[in-house]
Amino acid sequence: MKMKQDALTSNTLVCRTGLKSRLAKDFKKNSSLYLLAIPIIIYYVVFVIAPLCGTVIAFQNYSLTKGVFGSKFVGFKHFLDFFDSMYFFRVVKNTLVISITQILVEFPAPVILALLINEVKSKHYSRTVQTITYLPHFISLVVLCGIVRDFTASDGIIGSVVAAITGEDVNMLTQRGWFVPIYVLSGIWQGVGWGSIVYLAALTSLDASLYEAASLDGAGRWKQFVHVTIPGILPTVITMLIMRIGRMTSVGSEKILLLYNQNIYETADVISTFVYRKGMLEQNYGFSTAVGLFNSVINCAFLIAANYASKKINGTALW
Amino acid sequence: MKIKESFGSKVFDIANIVFLLLLMLITLYPLWHVIMCSFSDSNALIGHTGTLWMPVDFSLSGYQAVFKNESVWNGFGVSVFVVIAGTALNILLTLITAYFLSKQDAILSRIVSYIVIFSMYFSAGLIPMYLVVRNVGLYNNIFALIIPNAINTFYVIIMRSSIQGVPDSLFESAELDGASHFTVVARIVAPLCMPTIAVLVLYYSVDHWNSWFNAMLYIRDRSKYPLQLFLREVAVANATLEMQDTDSTASAKETLKYALIVVSSLPVMCVYPFLQKYFVKGVMVGAVKG
Repeated sequence: MKMKQDALTSNTLVCRTGLKSRLAKDFKKNSSLYLLAIPIIIYYVVFVIAPLCGTVIAFQNYSLTKGVFGSKFVGFKHFLDFFDSMYFFRVVKNTLVISITQILVEFPAPVILALLINEVKSKHYSRTVQTITYLPHFISLVVLCGIVRDFTASDGIIGSVVAAITGEDVNMLTQRGWFVPIYVLSGIWQGVGWGSIVYLAALTSLDASLYEAASLDGAGRWKQFVHVTIPGILPTVITMLIMRIGRMTSVGSEKILLLYNQNIYETADVISTFVYRKGMLEQNYGFSTAVGLFNSVINCAFLIAANYASKKINGTALW
Repeated sequence: MKIKESFGSKVFDIANIVFLLLLMLITLYPLWHVIMCSFSDSNALIGHTGTLWMPVDFSLSGYQAVFKNESVWNGFGVSVFVVIAGTALNILLTLITAYFLSKQDAILSRIVSYIVIFSMYFSAGLIPMYLVVRNVGLYNNIFALIIPNAINTFYVIIMRSSIQGVPDSLFESAELDGASHFTVVARIVAPLCMPTIAVLVLYYSVDHWNSWFNAMLYIRDRSKYPLQLFLREVAVANATLEMQDTDSTASAKETLKYALIVVSSLPVMCVYPFLQKYFVKGVMVGAVKG
């Protein structure tokens, strides 16, 4: 018994000195590696860790002149203000509506495109389709939104058609009902081709012998599609879908900022644009940070859940 | 053995080809429209509605206005600088980060990799980042467009998976020869991972060329605006650029917008078809490992 205790204490002693010497040894052994990594470490400290620490201003009445250390702490006041405000429901609702519409409409589009391209027999034709549909991916958001504004204006190509049908000669982007369709459809226009790459890769990596075997068993084209192609692409689709759902609560502000206007805040204002306006335009730093932090926490929860689900179902994860 | 194609199968093939043709048309038409507008006459364009297959009253006034505009040249210069300097820094830091993270037996490397993973899940948000950029004195500095986003985590992952493909024996023999880590990165990792580096050069440079949001946040002086911000003024906010020569440019207000869109998109659009293979390859690596 005594011996055992002795062994235990000496063991912890070894551990303690072990940690210290291990650190020293680690530094000695890897000193040249750490030297190389100095810029990286500075970068991560300044641009990742410092902003994370900076989120503390979500709990402060922050002012630029007083700084983080001089500003008064107000606890969860900003969060409560946000939850109580009329904006809370609006921005959360809009974020979810846009995201869910994207998942329902924008997400399947590249899958379908990949399946269609996969069925094209001429290599030349399918390559042409790919080259052309990838193109809009490289257009900047500013240009995309410029084109969208142009086309949906009352005298634009789409706007004038809509005006003729509805009989109202107005700019589509000033109407609440049009924002989500415009946002999602322009997203498809820009992203459908590029998004299909992943699925096309999954399809081309399918073993050709599977198709041979299926056709020997008398499966026609449709049967092959249902029993070989679909199961072949399904794991990729599921992984991508789970990851997409993981980003459910994060709708970026950049494109919306370029498209929306006061008339359509009712349907177009999302959490990230609200954060932008409160913080950058109204200089309400503490409140804006609080709303952003709220969004980050929810995003994080969704991502972790998605990652967990992906690991369980497919054995693949973000990291 | 060729099985006779069924009628339904043939119908599908034709429908599929027609559908994809329409898709290509829808993809290309907006771009074509913009190009045609850019070659049109401003006044004629205002009166025009509907589709546009050819320029109305062919005119180069839009391009003349663009090339005469000092702001545009200035913005172009800023954008080119950001693309070149930014991408160079991106690649250097991404390479080092990926190499550093691949050495998981070093304690500090493991700590950094936790931070990297954490940063993928959780972002501090707009304002804390903005305040950091202000506090380190980058506000209204062109380097605010380069330094705060110097490392893209997803590209680090792509790079790291490429480094992991380098045979361990090479690292071991370099170590035996007494090569420093710097030498290893410069002489072994960089040359062997050149294809991945090329892909990342493309990604980072397109990202820089197309970005506008950071410039809007961090840049105040118009003399430091990148091209995309001027583009935003003209194409999105519908403002006019300050013109030096008001007479000739006022009439080109409408076409200037389109000409500017064309000019600013041209570099990427011209390069893309030739490098498509590499761009696509990057998606694959990212998808498999990401």
